[in-house]
Amino acid sequence: MSLAGGGESVGGGAARSAPDLGPAPPLRGDLPAPAPLTGWGRFPSVRGHLRVPRDAAEAAAMVRGQGAGLAPRGLGRAYGDAALPPAEGPALALSTAGLNRFVEIDETAPRIVAEAGVSLADMETALLPRGLFPPVVPGTRFVTLGGMIAADVHGKNHHAPGGGSLSAHLDWVEVMGRDGGVRRLSPGDPGFAETCGGMGLTGLILRAALRLRRVETGWLRQEAMPAPDLAAAMAAIEAASGWTHTSAWIDCLARGARLGRALVYRAEDAALSELGAAEAADRWALGRAARRIGPPPDLIPGFALNALTVRAFNALYWRAGLRAAARGSALTPWSACFHPLDAVLGWNRIYGRRGFVQFQCVLPPETAEAGLRAMLETVSASGQGSFLAVLKLLGDGQGAPSSLAFPRRGWTLALDFPATGAALRLVARLRALTAAHGGRLYLAKDATLTRAEHDALDPRAAAFRGAKARDPAFLTELARRLGL
Amino acid sequence: MTSPAPASPASPRTPAETRPALILGARSDMGRAVAHLLAAEGRPILLAGRDVAALERDAADIAARHRVEARALAWDAADLAGHAAWLDALPETPGVVLSAVGLLGDQDATQEDPARIAEIVTANFTGPAVALEAAAVRLAALPGPTAVIGIASVAGDRGRARNYWYGAAKGGFATMLSGLRQRFAGTDLLVMTVKPGFVATAMTEGMDLPAPLTLTAEAQAELIVRALRKRRAKVMHWKWALLMGVIRNLPEAIFLRTRF
Repeated sequence: MSLAGGGESVGGGAARSAPDLGPAPPLRGDLPAPAPLTGWGRFPSVRGHLRVPRDAAEAAAMVRGQGAGLAPRGLGRAYGDAALPPAEGPALALSTAGLNRFVEIDETAPRIVAEAGVSLADMETALLPRGLFPPVVPGTRFVTLGGMIAADVHGKNHHAPGGGSLSAHLDWVEVMGRDGGVRRLSPGDPGFAETCGGMGLTGLILRAALRLRRVETGWLRQEAMPAPDLAAAMAAIEAASGWTHTSAWIDCLARGARLGRALVYRAEDAALSELGAAEAADRWALGRAARRIGPPPDLIPGFALNALTVRAFNALYWRAGLRAAARGSALTPWSACFHPLDAVLGWNRIYGRRGFVQFQCVLPPETAEAGLRAMLETVSASGQGSFLAVLKLLGDGQGAPSSLAFPRRGWTLALDFPATGAALRLVARLRALTAAHGGRLYLAKDATLTRAEHDALDPRAAAFRGAKARDPAFLTELARRLGL
Repeated sequence: MTSPAPASPASPRTPAETRPALILGARSDMGRAVAHLLAAEGRPILLAGRDVAALERDAADIAARHRVEARALAWDAADLAGHAAWLDALPETPGVVLSAVGLLGDQDATQEDPARIAEIVTANFTGPAVALEAAAVRLAALPGPTAVIGIASVAGDRGRARNYWYGAAKGGFATMLSGLRQRFAGTDLLVMTVKPGFVATAMTEGMDLPAPLTLTAEAQAELIVRALRKRRAKVMHWKWALLMGVIRNLPEAIFLRTRF
């Protein structure tokens, strides 16, 4: 009923006050039966209602009308339950899919102001032809601005000058609290630190102003360097820290002398003068980004991804990496460099219907090598293949003491596993190793941490719980599980 | 009749194709989605509807994303007598005018209340029909290919107990568009009738729609813009074309016993 145009006659059609626009959203028909909602890992699944406000006024009506158990949700790319409504008590997922407008792109600042539901993909597509790019981008572009802020995401340039996590590049963020009121928070304001990395628990993020970086093209000059074992991989990553974008693919099933063998990638933005004719014809590499396959059918049996197939894949990938390294540097589109998995839409289906869990930790530099070695030994001995395995060195930038933000100085390892009993037991061992080495876990990836484990891992949890910025009307399944 | 414009088929852009696209009822998800697709092709956009403050946010969004001019305009479908003058007051006659105006209403409340019936008929039929007729006359006078596009509905193809006032109004609109198309046959004006089935929009939020038959507003908009490019006059998703073929031809005795 919210369509404009119909209704009473008014000469010239002046703007009408809200009551004439049809019934307020909470009255718009009955909600259908609660539907199963999941994160990207399709594990766990929670039955709940999902509502899609189209503007701040609709959002305020929903927030006030519901009053408790509000779970903000963007594109649902958090792996676990960070964007799921709580499984117990009053619950409502608030999708930002309808709050997806650009407000302004200031090309001189340069800066973008946008609503929380705008996707990173939309931002990149609109910004590149202007020679601009988001300052920090995570591994997938199918995330929202609001989600990126709530998880305080990092990218391949976290260690580099001009990198850091996303919150370092925000001029302000607007948050709607349980009274429907909107606060604009700038760095240093009470609540800003808790909102960045706050997993949506300080209120519904509505809009934000993000500073941008300039690029000359949509291409990167990328080099692959094979590293035969973990020590070599870490040394190569550290040696590459003068490069803007670095990360490594790690063969998590390699054992013995090859334990931790990796392909280290380093990349720099390519200048226009570096492009060949083929690349220059697609200067912003937007044509390449559009090339995607999938999604794979939802019929892949759960056993398709096992130690054997992952081992075979890893061997092929390693050899392809060796060939790439032999060729030297290659011009790579931004989409392939920053978001390689986005090339396969719906890649989460390769784990079958049972879903999968992701494990991502960061270990302090002092304990990292011992900790990573112990983790990789545990994984390779278990024979549980992780399709994705990424190693990266994070730079400075610790986050506020009462924030839940993930990034801190150290080494981060990301792995994913099918949601089977054996794999979940393995992930529990990896969590214990993280604790033993003084690390922390990425809540946007997590689905299995317990409250006791989390409190022991991260002393900031207690501070966040008691923070004034924590809005009690907002509760996700993650927050319920961890008592946040 | 051939176009008086000297445009050659090879030229990618005749003057009519650089003229703005006017979206009537632009708060609709489908109208907004079409606006984005046309803006992506470089067309200036005019968003018209009652809630100008909301449309201004959408216009800013379109302008920022696609680097085209986009403006919000106050417009009311129910102002039947004012449509022609409203169009003439525009700084430039648009090259495309699309009506996405629609009001589903509540059938149970509507059938009891003549005032609501009048509202439904105005919003879905007479309002957009009068506006598009006025637009057609003006666009047909322009050199080069132009188009008026009406979003009707499959609900207009056969009256059902669930929404027959809405369906009757949409059916009337489709019939009117058919006549308008014949009137301007042979000119460079395309009169397009769009008949969406289920589309996941604000209008249908809260309804339990069958997923395989439900399009996103973006997918429906994609069909419309593709048809515009190919100058096709009728747009219906193939699944709905099949389904409506069956529904239209169900013998009355059987139809009366169904509930859908």
